[in-house]
Amino acid sequence: MKLEIVTPDAKIYTGEVKLVQVPGADGSFEVLKNHAPIISTLTKGKVQIIEEDDTEKIFEIDKGVIEVMKNKIILLAEKI
Amino acid sequence: MANLKEVRTRMASVKTTRQVTSAMKMVSASKLRRAQEAIIRIRPYADKLFEILSNLSESLDSLEDNPYAVDRGFNKILIVSINSNRGLCGAFNTNVNRKALQLISDDFSEQLQNGNVDVLAVGKNTFDFFRRRNINVVNENDLYNNLDFDHVSPVVEAIMKSFVDGKYDKVYLVYNEFKNAATQLLRTEQFLPVVKVETKNSATNVDYLFEPSKEEIIKDLIPKSLKIQFYKALLDSNAAEHGARMTAMHQATDNATDLLKALSLQYNKARQASITNEILEIVSGAEALNG
Repeated sequence: MKLEIVTPDAKIYTGEVKLVQVPGADGSFEVLKNHAPIISTLTKGKVQIIEEDDTEKIFEIDKGVIEVMKNKIILLAEKI
Repeated sequence: MANLKEVRTRMASVKTTRQVTSAMKMVSASKLRRAQEAIIRIRPYADKLFEILSNLSESLDSLEDNPYAVDRGFNKILIVSINSNRGLCGAFNTNVNRKALQLISDDFSEQLQNGNVDVLAVGKNTFDFFRRRNINVVNENDLYNNLDFDHVSPVVEAIMKSFVDGKYDKVYLVYNEFKNAATQLLRTEQFLPVVKVETKNSATNVDYLFEPSKEEIIKDLIPKSLKIQFYKALLDSNAAEHGARMTAMHQATDNATDLLKALSLQYNKARQASITNEILEIVSGAEALNG
């Protein structure tokens, strides 16, 4: 899956990932391959991603919104 | 015939001016590059946000129940006039001032008489302009010193709050949009209340899951997109300012070069004339002695 993390000041991350875990407004959830299209608001918390080569990365975000469509994930964060 | 010393002094002063304008051009060029990068960075964010928002609002009937979309008519107006702190950038500042003033005098003259028009001035130039005309101005001109999202968002939040509290019924933005280094587009936008986003391509109709719910997301996204819209306007204006200044200073440098050329021609002519004169005097003097 292609993931993009964008803030108003910079593009934080672009790359291929296996798994994304985000702090959704109704609780944390994970996005894996072929996830159904979803738009969700995010609260303050940790975004955890696992890249193709199994390296793990963690970003702290302060509110945001995520859109998943056809294995393309766009995460708009207000602050990292 | 201009005297030699006069022309020489003028040439020196034109030369100094040319040095200053060409230095300013260089400075603006490098600032422009940075400002341009900032605007290019925010565009994907802004575009995505508006896209998501338009995806959402397409499936909603109206935004009426959102506090940022309430239409209360045209009683109290706030004009956010964005230009720059400094001059020497061609018509950049004047365009914004004139447009904002025209907006006020054409559409809101009645409100102005009742004292219901406020101007939020971003930039010293526009602040001075409206204060001289006795229009109620609020000043925000230190924004350009720290132009990042963290410093801008409290300002937008204050505007949004005063709209929700009913202090203003309509908020307009007047600013220069950055097209390229030589071109600025003068923009007037209705900032508040929010008008429904027009969807260009309804073909991309995907069945999204919404979490927590469509309404909640809209509620969350509208303030966010307002902040981004305002921030983007500032970045646009900032980049446009440097572009305008660069162009203006480039022209000024060219003009100075032309002037210098004309002056040096004049100087050489005057010098030649005085030499001819002197020789003539010497020759005729010698002839008088011989005769």
